[in-house]
Amino acid sequence: MTAALGRFLILASVFVCAAGSMIGFAAGKKRSLDGLQMARRFAYGFAVLMILATGVMEFALLTHDFSVGYVAQVGSREVPTWVTIVSLWSSLEGSILFWGLVLGLYIAGATWLTRSQHVDYMPYAIGTWLGCATFFSFLIAGPANPFVSVPAAPDGPGPNPLLQNHMLMIIHPPFLYLGYVGMTIPFGFACAALLRGRLGHSFLRPLRASLMLPWIFLTIAIMLGGWWAYEVLGWGGYWAWDPVENASLLPWLTATAALHSAVVMERRGVLKGWTVTLVQASFLLTILGTFMTRSGVFNSVHSFTQSSIGPAILVFLAAALVFSVVLLALRVDSLESEGKLESPISREGMFLVNNLFFVLLTFTILIGTIFPLAVEAFNGKQMSVGRPYFDSMVVPVGTALLFLIGVGPALPWGRTTRQQAIRSLLLPFTSGVAVALIGFAAGARNPWTLVTLLFGGYAAWVTFVEMSRGGPRVLRRGRRRIGAYIVHAGAVIVFVAIAVSSTMRTSTEVRLKPNRQSTIARFAVTSKGKAVTTLEPRMNQYAAMREPIGTPDVHSTLTHDLYLSIMNIDPGNQTVSVMMLITPMVSWIWIAVLMMGVGGVVALVPRRQRVVRQALQEDIVPA
Amino acid sequence: MNRSRLFLLVALAVALTGFALIAGSRISRNLVYYWTPTDITHAGDKAYGATIRLGGQVAPGSIRMGNGSALDFDVTDRNTTVHVKSNGVPPQMFREGIGVVVEGTMVRSGYFQSDRLMVSHNNEYRAPKAGERIDAKQLIKSTKGLE
Repeated sequence: MTAALGRFLILASVFVCAAGSMIGFAAGKKRSLDGLQMARRFAYGFAVLMILATGVMEFALLTHDFSVGYVAQVGSREVPTWVTIVSLWSSLEGSILFWGLVLGLYIAGATWLTRSQHVDYMPYAIGTWLGCATFFSFLIAGPANPFVSVPAAPDGPGPNPLLQNHMLMIIHPPFLYLGYVGMTIPFGFACAALLRGRLGHSFLRPLRASLMLPWIFLTIAIMLGGWWAYEVLGWGGYWAWDPVENASLLPWLTATAALHSAVVMERRGVLKGWTVTLVQASFLLTILGTFMTRSGVFNSVHSFTQSSIGPAILVFLAAALVFSVVLLALRVDSLESEGKLESPISREGMFLVNNLFFVLLTFTILIGTIFPLAVEAFNGKQMSVGRPYFDSMVVPVGTALLFLIGVGPALPWGRTTRQQAIRSLLLPFTSGVAVALIGFAAGARNPWTLVTLLFGGYAAWVTFVEMSRGGPRVLRRGRRRIGAYIVHAGAVIVFVAIAVSSTMRTSTEVRLKPNRQSTIARFAVTSKGKAVTTLEPRMNQYAAMREPIGTPDVHSTLTHDLYLSIMNIDPGNQTVSVMMLITPMVSWIWIAVLMMGVGGVVALVPRRQRVVRQALQEDIVPA
Repeated sequence: MNRSRLFLLVALAVALTGFALIAGSRISRNLVYYWTPTDITHAGDKAYGATIRLGGQVAPGSIRMGNGSALDFDVTDRNTTVHVKSNGVPPQMFREGIGVVVEGTMVRSGYFQSDRLMVSHNNEYRAPKAGERIDAKQLIKSTKGLE
């Protein structure tokens, strides 16, 4: 019964999206306001259907209705209620349904926020959004149907234990989905600009804001993923260039590039086609990422599911890619530039270099990630690209980007005189040298770490000076600017923390007998005892798993983390093998990424006055 | 198009080509091969020094714990057996007959020097019965290298 109701809602959603998408495109072509109104209703309809379908699924989960396929797959009477609620996204079918819900909320929100604006773009935007929604409704209806009717069982196996093992796993997936799915909205706006053949100044605001919101979620999600890996997986690191980690980073890189090029577009009226391309690329990379995560083509921690939706996503990716490329090829000329770039040594010149570096990073990581896939498809040989490739390629470009965080804001728009350039570079560099010297005194010897400290100190100085320029007034007036500099400050800390934590850690492995102790650096580690803190790394045995899962325990301070992970328990010899790590500055990565998120929110929240003024204008201008 | 613009474009093209060449050479230097014991013996000289993930079953009765954390065992795919020397504490699940993936390289003295040991972490995995074929490729796929 419940399964049938859910299935009906999803089938209705396929129909609503397909119809709404066609109505949207037709209304755009005919410039029909009635058509736009109708497309809007279909957009809201999709959201309502998704909310209802998710509600039905949660109801089935909470009432342990094991006649619903997905509940039979992940539900269990044994697990706590919160696990039951979040098991909506613990497995493939449920997570695609959750994707549909998030997409519905995004589309409805974007439709509502633009309800009386941008009437010439909106039909195409809604058409594009609902086109994507059609595909995801189809996925939920067919290849990843969570509402299959199955013979009711008395109990189910419960969700994947790895997901039950840590609280971070509850919040990482929603943030990732909010980031990934949200990229659909700027994609729709970008396609609308191309279809309309115009990208006016007023349309920049929704484009930028719709890019900023998922960017914030994605930033936090990437950090949460790394944090989870660090807290749970027990090898002491937070990033391993795993294909699925790369999948989350790729759209983030292009979206970050687009946020920067949008600033140049706003200031100078150039780079319109380029920004639109970056926005489209971000969306396509989220779909590629979904394919990598959800099709089981990679050996990865994330390949919980090996399913049949891979080909469907690949077809959608190909279709979206062809749509984007054709649209760009046919229409990019219509987004004519209104201005031109004057000099390469200027603020906008640095924005261009920034974009170049972000695109280089994207290509580097993309190639390293899909190269093994291509080889395997070609001659069946299995291989992977080792970590040194990524490290050796990304570190220099990343360091250059850190340098740019300092140079860009120090240079004025337009032209820069030689004196201005020298002054803006020289003075802050003294702070960079100071930071590098402090690092050297603290024991940093790796050349890249020292360079990172040098550039980090430099960029921090410039960021601080720019942030404090204008005094307290800027908090009210230049909120976007302040937000951007908060993001920059966070980014500088992240760079430094990554460099320090990855090059300056100490590790040992020991076999402990009961009541013996071992020492690493300043810490004495006892198998039973107490000094600075008591850590309880553990091994959990879940009924559903054949093997125990180790969970490390971490003692975090602002300067360093002490990390204990159980490798092996030998009941015969009464020993336990423990890996011990001391890693400096790790907590700063989490803190600083949160700071980047906060900066994004500061930049995103509109100024109240302007909203009121615009609302007034909209009352006057008939939409 | 004026001359400075042209110069800029040429410079950009040269820089990008250089970057692509560096990326290509770095990739080929950092490839990790997924091989079975049989693949390794067929590879001959190519196996020495290359980074290899060797997949197979821990041959029953072959585990020798040495001094400290030294560990010796054989990895087999039933056709061929490769002797592995490893350092470091093995994961909890490591035992005879289980599927493993070891990362390291062949050394000239005829054994596989491993610096990382991963155990097939798949719930559906079970040790192959006597006489049953070992699908090393499948085993590698199902082994979650947590790094």
